[in-house]
Amino acid sequence: MRSHVMRALGLYAGLVVLIIAVAIASGVPYTTRLLAEAAAYSLIALGLNIQWGYGGLFNFGIMGFLMVGGASVTFISYPINPKFWNSDGPMLLGHALLAAIFGALLIIAARNVHRIGIKGGWKTTLVVIAWSIAYVVFRSQIDPATIYIERQAGFVGGLGLNPVLGWAFGGFMVAIIAYVIGRICLGLRTDYLAIATIGISEIIRALIKNMDWLTRGTLTVSPIRWPLPLPQDYQARGLDTVTALIYARGGFFLLAAAIVAVAMFLLIRSYGGPWGRMMRAIRDNYIAAGSMGKDVTRRQLEIFVLGSVLMGVGGAILVSFTQIFDPNSYQPINHTFLIWVMIIVGGAGNNWGALFGAVFIYVVWLMSEPLAQVLFGTISTWSSHIGWGAIPDVESRSLQMRVFVLGLVISMALRYAPRGLIPERAQTER
Amino acid sequence: MDQLIFFIDKVLISGTVLGSIYALGAIGVTLIFGILRFAHFAHGDMMTMGGFLAFVLAALLAATGVTFPVPTGFVVLPVAMVLTAIIALGLDRAFYAPLRRRGAKPVILLIASIGVTLMIQGAIRLFFGVGTRSFFEHEPKIIMRFDTSWIGGTRDIIFTQPELLMVILTVVICFALHLFLTRSRLGKAMRAMSDNADLAQVSGINTALVVRVTWIIAGALACVAGTMLALDVSLTPDLAFNIVLPIFAAAIVGGLGQTYGAIAGGFLIGFAETLAVFDWSVMLKPLQPYIPFQINSGLALVPTEYKLTVAFVILVIVLLARPTGIFKGAST
Repeated sequence: MRSHVMRALGLYAGLVVLIIAVAIASGVPYTTRLLAEAAAYSLIALGLNIQWGYGGLFNFGIMGFLMVGGASVTFISYPINPKFWNSDGPMLLGHALLAAIFGALLIIAARNVHRIGIKGGWKTTLVVIAWSIAYVVFRSQIDPATIYIERQAGFVGGLGLNPVLGWAFGGFMVAIIAYVIGRICLGLRTDYLAIATIGISEIIRALIKNMDWLTRGTLTVSPIRWPLPLPQDYQARGLDTVTALIYARGGFFLLAAAIVAVAMFLLIRSYGGPWGRMMRAIRDNYIAAGSMGKDVTRRQLEIFVLGSVLMGVGGAILVSFTQIFDPNSYQPINHTFLIWVMIIVGGAGNNWGALFGAVFIYVVWLMSEPLAQVLFGTISTWSSHIGWGAIPDVESRSLQMRVFVLGLVISMALRYAPRGLIPERAQTER
Repeated sequence: MDQLIFFIDKVLISGTVLGSIYALGAIGVTLIFGILRFAHFAHGDMMTMGGFLAFVLAALLAATGVTFPVPTGFVVLPVAMVLTAIIALGLDRAFYAPLRRRGAKPVILLIASIGVTLMIQGAIRLFFGVGTRSFFEHEPKIIMRFDTSWIGGTRDIIFTQPELLMVILTVVICFALHLFLTRSRLGKAMRAMSDNADLAQVSGINTALVVRVTWIIAGALACVAGTMLALDVSLTPDLAFNIVLPIFAAAIVGGLGQTYGAIAGGFLIGFAETLAVFDWSVMLKPLQPYIPFQINSGLALVPTEYKLTVAFVILVIVLLARPTGIFKGAST
């Protein structure tokens, strides 16, 4: 076998050993939880791998996409809220929708005034006026509706459907958002795109946090339905707590892993095919690819949307697993930069590298919490022994250590293994 | 008249303060972009770090029992600026310079700056915890009143002493920077390298020195901006992370690489944000008889929670309409 295959196999074997070590140290139920979440993170990392590894597109807005996925699955799978449906809420929301459609038509009309001979500065003025009118009309309808719903019914509730449907819906919603973002931002150069995506994810976070009528905001929504029997269901059938946890979480892991496997299969097939070659050509030299007749902007939009869908599904799976949607728990460090570390360490452009990076970094990320606590606890005991006194708030401080370690890992990876642990291999003639 | 005073209090003063902070941050971003050609994402955290350094120094100074007529934060600022500049140089030496030597693309440096962001964040939280601190725990925030009875107002225009000092300091710094860039040899070298790095090198400009000076200026200004932000609100580890977006928006709106553009962009974004969340109902109250509908309070253009969208919307509009920014900055 060739050396790079051996290397990848060796790394994966090491990963298995690591997971077994975690299972021995922290117990099997904890490990199944870790695996289930790692599967969701792998899906997200694969999404970023498509965008950055295949397409060379910067996306610092992963957190926003994960939040949209989470909010979607909450909406689909949370039980129906009869208080909302029996009130005037749906009607008021309908009015707001009509206002939105009216505004959209107005803007489209203003954008097309050049057909009746209005051009240049006048057209720009009309477009701006149309946007302002649309904004005011929409606000005048949506504001009372939200106040009414929050007062009468709390929040919209859900549709009470199967969570797996919610995962698909999450991917769909994210696809729509990614399409709009892509249409606006993809023409921009890399650093602008990075800033634009950061901005969008912060705006999505602000929206979801404050739209109490739709997402219940910071009050959080729980419990969200599981697609499979819960640990409690297994316990009701007479199993003990540990076995029930393993069965339930293991089942969830298998379901998520199946989705990852399907995604992985399709990605590897497309990477090897003409589509993948074209994408790499665009990434490496978009001017040359453009002159060969490839529609660069459209293809980049395609790849941006495709990667975002995987992120949305992954974000939805994460929320389903933890059974709680809490907008406050989303942080750029945990949900955007962690994914970037996974890709950089694993190897951008190589799906096996992305998968390895996702699982490995997630294990390191989770395990560094107890490890840092042990380390700092030891230092604290030692320092109080020699008379310096214990470290104050040692518990909460040691947790912050992992943010530092994450930064150090990404810096070291960029310096000593810039192409990742399982790097992309340039295809050569055979 | 009282409406006008309310407007000055809520928009002019807070807009100027916010604009000063944004401008100082944006100058650093734009200088680094002009010289090194990458978007330095860790700038927000360099600001936070500068704020914390000033906080530690101020606490040390307060412990000696000496009192000053101005807030201690301003007294220790020069020392904190020097320290932040040294750390900025060290960060460049340790994390960016090796990548540059290898000839890495600017995008890789951008990712490296994310690593630096995380490390600074982690280090700050490790040493200071995640709690909120204030510069004014041991000293009062002096409030200044400006009597308006001579123009017929019944209320005073109110601002705090730190706010006044901040604005003065920003003006002084901008003027000093202007002199440095236009009069000194090094400043001219910086502008030359920002225009065309290869040509500057061929003409015998010491590019390594220019890079060092860039980090020193950017670090020192980040320290000032961070300390100001901490004096204006309060000091938390994620203080400046949230204002990375407005700062980059300011730098891009002004034209990346353009120092004066960054100042203009900073004030533009600062005023736009305060104007957008300003509650217009107070201004319109006297006109109620002439307006057909009832004016309720909370008549802001954008709800306060969505203040962040303002900078972003301006950024997108500028990128779409004039991608080089107001002052014709770097493009492509």
